[in-house]
Amino acid sequence: MEDIIINENQIKQEEYIVNMGPQHPSTHGVLRLKISLKGETVEHIEPHCGYIHRGIEKMCERLTYQQIIHLTDRLDYLSAHTNNEAVCLLVENALQIEVPERVKYIRTILDELTRLASHQLWWCAFGMDLGALTTYFYGLRDRELILDIFEETTGARLLQSFNTPGGLMNDIHPNFIKKVKEFIVHFRKKLPEYDELLTGNVILRERTNDIGLLTLEEAISYGVTGPSGRASGFACDVRKHHPYSAYDKVDFKEILYTKGDCFHRYKARVEEMWESMKIIEQLIDNIPEGDYAVKMKPIIKLPEGEYYQRVEAARGEFGVYVLSTGEKYPYRVKFRSPNFSNLSAINKLGAGHKIADLVAIGGSLDLVIPDIDR
Amino acid sequence: MNAILNYLKELFGGIKTLLTGMKVTGYYFVHPKEIITQQYPENRKTLKMFDRFKGEVTMPHDENNQHKCTACGICEINCPNGSIEVISKQVEKADGKTKKELDVYIYKLSMCTFCGICIKVCPQDAITFSQGFEHAVFNKEKLIKTLNKPGSSLKEKVKEVKEVIE
Repeated sequence: MEDIIINENQIKQEEYIVNMGPQHPSTHGVLRLKISLKGETVEHIEPHCGYIHRGIEKMCERLTYQQIIHLTDRLDYLSAHTNNEAVCLLVENALQIEVPERVKYIRTILDELTRLASHQLWWCAFGMDLGALTTYFYGLRDRELILDIFEETTGARLLQSFNTPGGLMNDIHPNFIKKVKEFIVHFRKKLPEYDELLTGNVILRERTNDIGLLTLEEAISYGVTGPSGRASGFACDVRKHHPYSAYDKVDFKEILYTKGDCFHRYKARVEEMWESMKIIEQLIDNIPEGDYAVKMKPIIKLPEGEYYQRVEAARGEFGVYVLSTGEKYPYRVKFRSPNFSNLSAINKLGAGHKIADLVAIGGSLDLVIPDIDR
Repeated sequence: MNAILNYLKELFGGIKTLLTGMKVTGYYFVHPKEIITQQYPENRKTLKMFDRFKGEVTMPHDENNQHKCTACGICEINCPNGSIEVISKQVEKADGKTKKELDVYIYKLSMCTFCGICIKVCPQDAITFSQGFEHAVFNKEKLIKTLNKPGSSLKEKVKEVKEVIE
């Protein structure tokens, strides 16, 4: 105890430290934020991670490449399909396997459906964070239809594990195309309701305008990607700049805003839902015939070396790094999770604002805690 | 004067946005048929899950109480969580040869993550997913299941295992 020397001058007067979380409803999971307060104004935020650390990266070192995929579901569970795809693309690129066009199209459609479902849930939760309980029911109503499509084709609603190195686990269900088309028609009618309910709402405007400003330089230096980064003007869409699967065949706009406050992060996500629907519409009628998977060896061994693959998950750039020694297990796996980088900017975003604004900032970043801790 | 005008403008503008939102909620208030809600525990009898729904792993048996599992153990090797345990026994046949046969197929539901690899790799299609999803039990031991029924035997004319896993 003797070596702790407290210099009384260093203790800031009137500073009060509170914990937000780990069991706080607005942190969307077990995230603990240590907040220094002066009155009600936030002076400094220190995120503490590790409450839901499961050691997934270490577990991957004892699993084959097919088995890793089901663990990537459990990182960012709201973009499970996208995370699966990252590992599959890595294995396919490392072995230089060309997957059939059909697989690429189906993967891209499922990617965008995942993004839509994820943004819908974020919209629900963001409204609820700011006190609008109604939004939760409206968002979930439309999300349910996507989850039904997933359930029919992949067999699971959230953690699909539908990708496998070389293709897909199964072919699409015969009803898939019909249901997706019905959904797009339905959702094109319902998305304007979202704007009517929440976007124009005076309470939302007051609580998000000029809250949590992030400049372009800060977004790049913190590595804030996804809609949160694009709201600051950071053109970081992997789908656009480094196309994978069938993204090079579709025409879509990269949503860019410049201000970087909570409201623009909100707008970026709502606009992305429109773009996702555009992408699906372009692909759904043109799914080519063919196999749904390439015949792979039962044991996949990557050649010795380092591999990296990135995809655009719903919250930003998701990357997988694999160091292989030529064995059937990877030597080291590292996931670049978008939420971890997005969270790192929270001190920059939240300092100087009121503690109630921190809820809006956390909501606008769309944090998924299991992705932060892995 | 300007300040008052601005104040009034903001006030009425704010009320207008609130009314816009209430228009949507009001629409659904008078159109209750457009609201889709499943009355889950009540509709249990009519509730039909999708065919591909990954409920739990089962081993289908035919009317003669026969299954297709040859106890090759490929599912056990491929399971990422160790939730499958295949215990085989040596059975002496009529012609004097001993043959490996399935003794107990243990499936630990509590450890299963429903990734579906076991069903994909099974060379005999001996296991499938069932559509049941109500897994809650009062006792942890009840989640350890034996999939092959007592007294069941191997279906004849099952093709030989071609793919051999190291």
